[in-house]
Amino acid sequence: MFEIFGIPSQALFGQLLIGLINGSFYALLSLGLAVIFGMLNIINFSHGAQYMMGAFAAYLLLAHTGLNYWFALVLAPLVVGAFGIAVERLLLRWIYRLDHLYGLLLTFGLALIIEGVTRNYYGSAGLPYAMPEALRGGQNLGFMFLPNYRAWVIVASLTVCLATWFVIERTRLGAYLRAATENPTLVNAFGINVPMMITLTYGFGVALAAFAGVMAAPIYNVSPQMGSELIIVVFAVVVIGGMGSILGAILTGFGLGVIEGLTKVFFPEASNTVIFVIMAIVLLVRPAGLFGRRV
Amino acid sequence: MKKIAALTAFATIFAFGSASAQQVAVKVGVLTDMSSLYADVTGPGSFLAARMAAADFMKDHPDVKVEVLSGDHQNKADVGSQIANQWYDVGGVDMIIDVPNSGVALAIAEVTRQKNKVFIGSGPASSDLTGPKCSPNTVHWTYDTWMLANGTGKAIVKTGGDTWFFLTSDYAFGHALERDTSAVVEANGGKVLGKVRHPLNTNDFSSFLLQAQSSKAKVIGLANAGGDTINSIKQAAEFGIVKGGQNLAGLLVFASDINALGLPTAQGLIFTETWYWDLNDASRAWTKRWHAERNATGKVPTMNMAGVYAGTLHYLKAVAALKSDADGRAVVAQMKKMPTDDPLFGKGEIRADGRKLHPAYLFEVKKPEESKYPGDFYKVRATIPANEAFRPLKDGGCPLVSG
Repeated sequence: MFEIFGIPSQALFGQLLIGLINGSFYALLSLGLAVIFGMLNIINFSHGAQYMMGAFAAYLLLAHTGLNYWFALVLAPLVVGAFGIAVERLLLRWIYRLDHLYGLLLTFGLALIIEGVTRNYYGSAGLPYAMPEALRGGQNLGFMFLPNYRAWVIVASLTVCLATWFVIERTRLGAYLRAATENPTLVNAFGINVPMMITLTYGFGVALAAFAGVMAAPIYNVSPQMGSELIIVVFAVVVIGGMGSILGAILTGFGLGVIEGLTKVFFPEASNTVIFVIMAIVLLVRPAGLFGRRV
Repeated sequence: MKKIAALTAFATIFAFGSASAQQVAVKVGVLTDMSSLYADVTGPGSFLAARMAAADFMKDHPDVKVEVLSGDHQNKADVGSQIANQWYDVGGVDMIIDVPNSGVALAIAEVTRQKNKVFIGSGPASSDLTGPKCSPNTVHWTYDTWMLANGTGKAIVKTGGDTWFFLTSDYAFGHALERDTSAVVEANGGKVLGKVRHPLNTNDFSSFLLQAQSSKAKVIGLANAGGDTINSIKQAAEFGIVKGGQNLAGLLVFASDINALGLPTAQGLIFTETWYWDLNDASRAWTKRWHAERNATGKVPTMNMAGVYAGTLHYLKAVAALKSDADGRAVVAQMKKMPTDDPLFGKGEIRADGRKLHPAYLFEVKKPEESKYPGDFYKVRATIPANEAFRPLKDGGCPLVSG
């Protein structure tokens, strides 16, 4: 066994894998943000709150209807996505023509309200959510113990990320969407219902956040503030990847997960700062982000 | 007829006038975390506990009028100091109680000393409040880092857990807890193999847990609190830490954390607290009242809330004895002079350095099948008598005592 910077190589491989797993979480969350920003030009600050709603929906489904994790994985994104659609119809559509700042303020306010109401009813300590039976236990990989659930997180996240990328970049529907972002009037003239498409896109972005929330429920504390703690990091991921770039969000999510993981080994105190240091450097060198286009 | 009515009115005014001359009006401010990570550990539950103490006291002392206010310090020392200054200067507040978060509590202790009022810390952990930073205006009620380290650390080393690895929250509280626990572990013949310091409010502990796992230490000490502790325990279960033969020691765990984890995940966890709602008949009766007024299903009162109740009650007794709340230093001196006696902590005393002394309990979380009713979480493993539970007076370095 050889050592790298005084850390046994085996431990390092373990940390790299853990970094990838956490990265897949970042990728999943930043994907929704990137879709919403890329298609709607809205900086969705309530993404963290919607992620939390996903986790709470999973808890409520289990506690009140007895529907388990697998049902929640489908139902929670649908319910929270429907909530997102209502938000878009009632609030967001009035401010598309205004500056980005208004969208940011509106969604930020919304996040505070959602969080406050949830805290009022469920307190701040959190709620228990058991791991699904089928995903308990883990595999001994020799260099580390890999819980089955983490393996599942990687698989599910990669599948959803790649599918989303494929739909937006490689299908006719995706082409309409991208065209509508460039020139909504023209696309409307071709007989495509642009407002409807925009509404559904926002709903989809929100559903992605809720999906990540359900994925998080068995391993992270399900509490009202779980989203606000994560959302800042996820925003940094999106900014580094390039606002609105789908592929950028996915790749940066994984990359930063690994960098953060390594920081936790070599200099743990800085592990929640390192992403912002990278963000500052990237913005200095490439203001549009690593994969963003200059507008 | 008119004459009699006028005479009666006059007599009434006279009677009440003389009564109000003797009446003492006291304002208690519960400064706490109403909206963030400690809101279930303290927050609205603490505010309620203070109101209950006021109501109980006024029943026996109709001549003392107690008003209870609440404020949200948002875990920021500057916000907390601002509220405290305002309360003391224009709000007429005589005493501030609770104040979870050691950083904010140290700031409030300083403001209170300057204004010569009274501060009773029930929420904060740092043992510095009765050590180098002690003050003639401060009483530290419920627990502190030395007591947590001593209770849990000693018990675990003595039962064979002699090699430790720490997951430490990277700020004043975590450092103090890690320092105090390391000292206890080493004093009892154990060894600290390593530690990792994580930022406050970390979501994912898998990387740190992997480091703890490869250290091969028998015990992983969690020198953190709230959401960080919950996430560590939840993910330790996932990574098979306990199944692999290592044990977790929660160094600061509250009943509300166990509620959030659920018994299947939390079972077997060992930690120290000074109060538990199901400890005896008096605490059960109090909890019943608390539940009726709190009106929130699934919530359990914590030791901090018990401390707010008992602390407020003892403060009011001292004010009634002095018949005045004007001089904070005198009130605290009176509180130290009178032995404490309340339904939640029993009989006890407040030491010269401001430390409240009462027994502590080593608890173990029950298995799911052992739990008979909601909130039935702990069994008592050991009781640590009051004179052993807290740091000896001479070791604290409190200037009030040495100089």
